[in-house]
Amino acid sequence: MPWFAAAAFCLTVAGLYVGFFMAPTDAQQGDGYRIIFLHVPVSWMSMFIYVVMAFWAAVGLIFNSRLSAMMASALAPTGAMFAFLSLWTGALWGKPMWGTWWVWDARLTSELILLFLYMGFMALQSAIDDQRRADKAGAVLALVGVVNIPVIYFSVQWWNTLHQGASVSLTQAPSMATIMLIGMLLMALAAWMYTIAVALMRVRCIILEREYRTAWVNDLKEIRQ
Amino acid sequence: MKDAFGLSAIYWIVHRELKLTMRRKSDAITPLLFFVIVTSLFPLSVGTDVEMLRRIAPGVLWVTALLATMLSLPRLFEQDYADGTLEQLALSPAPLSAMVVGKVVAYWLMTGLPLALLAPLLALQFYLPTTSILILATTLLIGTPVLALIGSIGASLTLGLRGGGVLVALLVLPLYVPVLIFGTGAVDAAASGLGATANVSLLTAMLLVAGFFSPMATTAALRIALE
Amino acid sequence: MNWTNPNEFFAMGGYATYVWGSVGVTVLVLYAECLFLLKRRKTALAHVKRDAALGAEDSK
Repeated sequence: MPWFAAAAFCLTVAGLYVGFFMAPTDAQQGDGYRIIFLHVPVSWMSMFIYVVMAFWAAVGLIFNSRLSAMMASALAPTGAMFAFLSLWTGALWGKPMWGTWWVWDARLTSELILLFLYMGFMALQSAIDDQRRADKAGAVLALVGVVNIPVIYFSVQWWNTLHQGASVSLTQAPSMATIMLIGMLLMALAAWMYTIAVALMRVRCIILEREYRTAWVNDLKEIRQ
Repeated sequence: MKDAFGLSAIYWIVHRELKLTMRRKSDAITPLLFFVIVTSLFPLSVGTDVEMLRRIAPGVLWVTALLATMLSLPRLFEQDYADGTLEQLALSPAPLSAMVVGKVVAYWLMTGLPLALLAPLLALQFYLPTTSILILATTLLIGTPVLALIGSIGASLTLGLRGGGVLVALLVLPLYVPVLIFGTGAVDAAASGLGATANVSLLTAMLLVAGFFSPMATTAALRIALE
Repeated sequence: MNWTNPNEFFAMGGYATYVWGSVGVTVLVLYAECLFLLKRRKTALAHVKRDAALGAEDSK
């Protein structure tokens, strides 16, 4: 786990260096586009974590293994945080580029709903006192959510084309310079490493909190000191 | 009693639920009153401009119907859970999923269907033209069962929890988004000359998918709650 | 290298509020998460220790 944390740190430094020092100023967006180095990785992560969470939830439900259920609940707060950051950086990017903080675009709306889904998952788990029930109920909810994400995305997209409100096209991505891509991929990798480190750390906390009576926990060197 | 799909069990449950609701009429009437009162508040708060009311009508009616459905969701399983009936039903030879389907059907007959029937009347308050009213009623007829099906997942997940009502809202509302979009979208699409067929068929598709999957999820959640 | 002096770097070509606003909040949130996590771990460890100590006393 410290290795993942260290990797996350190094990759972040490298990514930020590439993003903020090496990548040239964008012709259209000036230096404002540099938010991309934060925005894209956190958005990817927020979506990806939900899928991973649902995967662990399914494994926990099918094989009745407690550890995978713990993994799912360890991932949720980090995922919610990334979803929030994605909205935040998106808003700060949107304001100077499109002149508005918020657009009712398919991606933005889906990201918002994704944040709500994370919130629901965490609220449900914390409302249930019985650990096993909390795990399983959360797992069912995560699976229902993962089925719904594509439906939500396409429905919002459809709705958006009907309403044709703000005619801002997010899809016309200008061909990206290689150096920008490298910076972004570095940052995405860093987000990966960060997530792994934090999730493992949290899962250890959860184990400690739940299994504090077992002998092997009492024999850990952290306890014996 | 060879009944692989539990059709007789579904019928029996629907019958029982309707009978029970008839004995506690206020349970069925409260969501409807809520629907009527809240929709009537809108013209009072945003003004009586005909054009504007016409524009917001589908959204207002849909959102209010959605909230009315959601408010009554905790009642779906709560009573049977509290008095142990649910446990008995889970132990009975009839499949639990059949029982879930029966309960959702009865629940829809008692809330969704009256809401959909009441909506055209309330739409008159918003000066909606007749064609729009018909489309609105159609989408509500197809959409409210989806709301009931998805809602049953939320209701079963939060069964017996403190603060269950608010939690249900948090779990279920994000999942209601697609239904809301297509439901209100149908009226707008018809008004702008695009025709509502696409929206209506997508809503129907959602109903079929939800009708297939959500009883499974609800059954799983109920078994977890009963463990 | 794009920047001739630090001021230019911090000005971000006029987008300072937006760029540093995102960077700042991201760092803040990540930092807060780590902090909470460390605190949670500490509490959990203390709890286990207390419990173990109590258990040891009981078995004496």
